[in-house]
Amino acid sequence: MGFNFYDFTALTHNIHVGLVEGFSPFMATTLEWVIVGTAYLLFVALFGLLLVYAERKVCAAFQQRLGPMRVGYWGLLQTIADFIKLLMKELIMPRKADRFLYNLAPFIVIIASFLAIAVIPFAPGLQSLDFDIGLFYLTSVSSVGVIGILLAGWSSNNKYSLIGAMRSGAQILSYELSVSLSLLTMIIFAGSMQFSTIVEGQRDGWYLFTGHIPSLVAFIVFLIAGTAETNRGPFDLAEAESELTAGFHTEYSGIKFAFFFLAEYINLFIISAVAATVFLGGWMPLHFGHLEAFNHAMDVIPPLVWFFLKVFGVIFIIMWFKWTFPRLRVDQILTLEWKYLLPINLINILLMALIVLTKFHF
Amino acid sequence: MESSSLLLFFLAAVTLVGAAMVFSSYIPPTSTNAVKFEPYECGIETIGDTWLQYTVGYYLFAILFLIFDVETIFLFPWAVVMRSAGMTGFVEILIFFAILGLGLLYGWKKHALRWE
Repeated sequence: MGFNFYDFTALTHNIHVGLVEGFSPFMATTLEWVIVGTAYLLFVALFGLLLVYAERKVCAAFQQRLGPMRVGYWGLLQTIADFIKLLMKELIMPRKADRFLYNLAPFIVIIASFLAIAVIPFAPGLQSLDFDIGLFYLTSVSSVGVIGILLAGWSSNNKYSLIGAMRSGAQILSYELSVSLSLLTMIIFAGSMQFSTIVEGQRDGWYLFTGHIPSLVAFIVFLIAGTAETNRGPFDLAEAESELTAGFHTEYSGIKFAFFFLAEYINLFIISAVAATVFLGGWMPLHFGHLEAFNHAMDVIPPLVWFFLKVFGVIFIIMWFKWTFPRLRVDQILTLEWKYLLPINLINILLMALIVLTKFHF
Repeated sequence: MESSSLLLFFLAAVTLVGAAMVFSSYIPPTSTNAVKFEPYECGIETIGDTWLQYTVGYYLFAILFLIFDVETIFLFPWAVVMRSAGMTGFVEILIFFAILGLGLLYGWKKHALRWE
């Protein structure tokens, strides 16, 4: 069983075959589930911690500070210390809160994020579910998270939480449209909703470059709407700390609060991964048409590294937004979506359809 | 892996949250006092009921969202078969867009998109 860093198909296939041959069908499936589940749990936990650290360092750099420096080398262990602290905090629930819904809310936001992360292709062979309706599935599943946010705000029996949740609901619902419409533009161009087909279609050039102006417009719209979708600044008025204390998770403490935090960062990863996959070629190395030498040189870098380079690039841009722009008001947010992004998107779709029909693309 | 493995991701999420919540509700030290479990509104006591009627504005946007979201669902199948549907399909979608655009324009003119 050779280990190939460029293509994981053989590795995952060998593990699967080994399990099926060595155990009964039931045991094989169970073991496979345990392996995959543990891998994803570890990835989510570690990536969440890493993103929190990265956010604090990026924020510090923008504000000409150093950020966390005390715990570990360059503060690398800071987020782990924070996590242990949150785990050891008492869980407080307001006396008049709706017990059941209050405890259900963290489950829903995390479940939505986990279901969405299942279809992300990390590298060849490193994708657990490859649906033929992949993108459609992803947009529908990731929109379940808003129910958790609304429940959290409503069940807390706190006016700040309720206001934060309502704002967040209106915002996420509205920007949901732009996310799915801009992805739709790319589905028209790719002719498929399956992630593997979309990545494979970008072998000769990323869709961002081959799709002319419509794909560029779709990319920008997707970045804006994706930032709003994850409730991050400048669209973070749902948790505007200066007016609403902490918005919908004001009444959550300890590890329950940490789960809302974690869900936000997983969603940031998912949005960035989708942007990287649909527009920037996913794990596909940077290729330019017929420049053979250049293409071969780029192939030396493993696909997994390419994927994470692109993801971190997009994550950095989204963090850049947060620390650069001031927070928008609720009317400004809704105006931006309904009077600008939505009409632009509708026209963009028609333009893309025309370009594909007249074969006016690379 | 087939689509039944979606259950795996569901279970993984439930396990993660459930285990951490069980741990946190028994292990950490606890204490109680008279006002600890009151709603946190910056130290001021809550006035009146929290679960009250809410601004109708959010409701309008929810309805608008519903219209356009259903429209998006109709567009997804077209997007996949667009190449084979060709110009005929494109013209039909153009008519579909025109009707929808009229709806959006109507809402715009009626100030449904203005936040009040």
